[in-house]
Amino acid sequence: MTFADTEIAPPEPPRYVMFWRRYKRNRAALLGLVLFVLVVLMALTAGLIDPGDPLRRAGEPLTPPFMNWDTPLGTDQLGRDVLSGVFYGARISLLIGVVATLVAIVIGVVIGALAGYFGGWVDDVLMRITEAFQTIPNFVLLLTLVAIMGSKIEWITLAIGIVSWTAPARMVRAEFMSLRHREFVDAARNLGVSNTSIIFREILPNALPPIVVYASVIMALSILMESALAFLSLGDPNYASWGNMIGQGRAVLRSAPYCAVIPGIAIILTVLSFSLLGEGLNDALNPRQKK
Amino acid sequence: MTKTPPPVLDLCKLEISLPKGADRAFALEGLDLTINAGEIVCLVGESGSGKSLCAGAIMGLLPEPHVRVTGGAIRFMGEELRGKSDAEMRKLRGADISMIFQEPMTALNPQKTVGWQIDEVLRLHTKMTKAERKARALEMLERVHIPEPASAYNAYPHQISGGQRQRVMIAMSLVLSPKLIIADEPTTALDVTTQLQILKLIRELQEEEGAGVLFITHDFGVVAEIADKVAVLCRGELVESGTTDAVLNHPQHPYTRALIGAVPALTPPPVKAASDAPVVLKGTGLKKTFAARGGLLSGKRKAVTAVKDLTFELRQGETLGVVGESGSGKTTVSRIVTRLLECDQGSVELDGTDLLAATPKELRALRQHIQMVFQDPMASLNPRKRVVDLIAQGPIVHGADPKKAREDAKKLLELVELSPAAANRFPHEFSGGQRQRIGIARALAMEPKVIVADEPVSALDVSVQAQVLKLLAELRDRLNLSLLFVTHDLRVAAQLCDRIIVMQKGEIVEHGPTAEVFANPQHPYTQNLLSSIPGRDWTPPSLHANVA
Repeated sequence: MTFADTEIAPPEPPRYVMFWRRYKRNRAALLGLVLFVLVVLMALTAGLIDPGDPLRRAGEPLTPPFMNWDTPLGTDQLGRDVLSGVFYGARISLLIGVVATLVAIVIGVVIGALAGYFGGWVDDVLMRITEAFQTIPNFVLLLTLVAIMGSKIEWITLAIGIVSWTAPARMVRAEFMSLRHREFVDAARNLGVSNTSIIFREILPNALPPIVVYASVIMALSILMESALAFLSLGDPNYASWGNMIGQGRAVLRSAPYCAVIPGIAIILTVLSFSLLGEGLNDALNPRQKK
Repeated sequence: MTKTPPPVLDLCKLEISLPKGADRAFALEGLDLTINAGEIVCLVGESGSGKSLCAGAIMGLLPEPHVRVTGGAIRFMGEELRGKSDAEMRKLRGADISMIFQEPMTALNPQKTVGWQIDEVLRLHTKMTKAERKARALEMLERVHIPEPASAYNAYPHQISGGQRQRVMIAMSLVLSPKLIIADEPTTALDVTTQLQILKLIRELQEEEGAGVLFITHDFGVVAEIADKVAVLCRGELVESGTTDAVLNHPQHPYTRALIGAVPALTPPPVKAASDAPVVLKGTGLKKTFAARGGLLSGKRKAVTAVKDLTFELRQGETLGVVGESGSGKTTVSRIVTRLLECDQGSVELDGTDLLAATPKELRALRQHIQMVFQDPMASLNPRKRVVDLIAQGPIVHGADPKKAREDAKKLLELVELSPAAANRFPHEFSGGQRQRIGIARALAMEPKVIVADEPVSALDVSVQAQVLKLLAELRDRLNLSLLFVTHDLRVAAQLCDRIIVMQKGEIVEHGPTAEVFANPQHPYTQNLLSSIPGRDWTPPSLHANVA
């Protein structure tokens, strides 16, 4: 019987293989992935499959769905094609979702990381600022920002990012607070690694999984916020976003409900896909949380 | 009565299956074990040998259905326990079979007083009145030698010390005079002096009650201290069993021989002639207090002094051991001399340069001369980095060419006896001992003048521990390293250290060459420590030829 402790176990499959194995165990997450891919495809192919500007008159106003194959999902009260609106809307919604999430995560990570790593007065100051933001209801703050900055799509996206960074900041701070006392951080310090490297190269990769998961939630929330703004006619009128379509469909809700229902379904499915995706990511990235 | 009573516990061909994908199909395979009344049977094995699952199986507390008993019999007082309903098992648990856990802090409910928790056991299993129950609980607390039982009765678990908590656990498990006591590593979390007291207490109470004890442990010192019979488990199989004397002094099976051969003997290295090598690390008048940060309204809490007025010298090529119990400040020392923790007073001179007065920039340059090996090899390696990057990180930070640093890292892996093929793996793919080797390689990569090792082997199994210690000793001799070795384990200190300093409550109470301190301790605290080492009267037989 040998006792050599130095024999190493056979290599594990590469990380992405393990990741995919864990991810596909969750059926709902697979559904989320399929929906997500569909939305992305819609955004990419808008203009190819259904040619035509979504803001252009495409047929008789208020044609119900499945009546005229030029406008398969019908037209709204100005005769604009609902199907092409849904396709182009996917583009806008995804764009807003991704960019606003990036903005929120970047602000959140920087503030949370500094607060969690340094602690003390840095933490006190940064967390009081975070709390100041948290005490104002998100949507009220968003309305204020849009009222000040105007409703161009860039500003709307930025504003959504600005109102959503507080939760990721708190989360990153909590992760950093627990990770900074781990021995591998001491080990890095003992090697003479600088604070910046420790924060971004040592601790951040270990803090990322929960942030990635939470990003999917922010993405879903950003899309909802943009729709809500558009519903209040504060969206950018130059783009066919799903929120805009619902907002305008509201006027004919009783006579032609499909004008609001179809983009509504698109929003529901997209948001659902993000939250299922997030759940799947959680299973795959934090395998030890579940038994 | 003509018939002899049945054994308290009789395990017959016990088999516990593990879920698919585990490292083996069965956690336990065909385990035969008999415990008679008044007997202490030690079940010994390394981590992963299935010893704790055996306890779970007897108590009916396995995490079913993933892990379950698939074969064999568990007979308690001649009665088969397998197939008993939950309700029947609940009656047995606590009343006839009781269990003492490893970590008394987590096994006790922090929300309830000690008295309430003992009372609960009595309330559930007996028809005693309230006054009788209280009297019985107090009597029990007295029997486990808790000072002031009446005050302990009203205390919450966090208000009493770790040793006292374990006493409370023992009081709870013995209050109903069970016939079988299962103790799962009950002293592993305790300091040596407390450990000895608890072992004595278990022995004493068990003799009074005449109960059978199944004592699970990984520590052969503890076995030598307490066991009547020993059973050795290796990966779920019983490889050897017999009386304590037979197994400890004349082990037959190669696994047992290897395990016992790995137990560090308590014989310190011979005294070296007083070295006149240059002093590489010198601490003078070090002092550290931890000021608890008060809340907004709660006001300042009392500051705790971790280290007061510590002075020591480490010479080139020498190993200085820092020993002491938890709370003695030995870990704080290791953090101060590496300046991972800012010190209040004093100086640490590394080759004549004061480390504590260095500016942040100077400090980062100085760090390459003093490296550290950490206690927990899992926590001290960044799980998201490949081994080669972990080892090469230090030299790269200090300006080495990344490509060359990675080449050197592979050579270092060979130096710590790991295959260079391991270079591109992540830390979680290695076993504990291998990770600690990686940690050592990382420290060596900087070619430091001093290595500070903070309990580097205390998280490892005994056979792995021996190998890592051997590696450290070899490297030290070959590379002429100077080691500051922090440990709570006097056996380990005896193996490696030329000189030791003994710390108590932040102060050095004794220092000198290891052999002298061990042979002739002067301070009462050192004497107490040395006489508390479990199994100090047992010298492991010389079996080193068999250890790989």
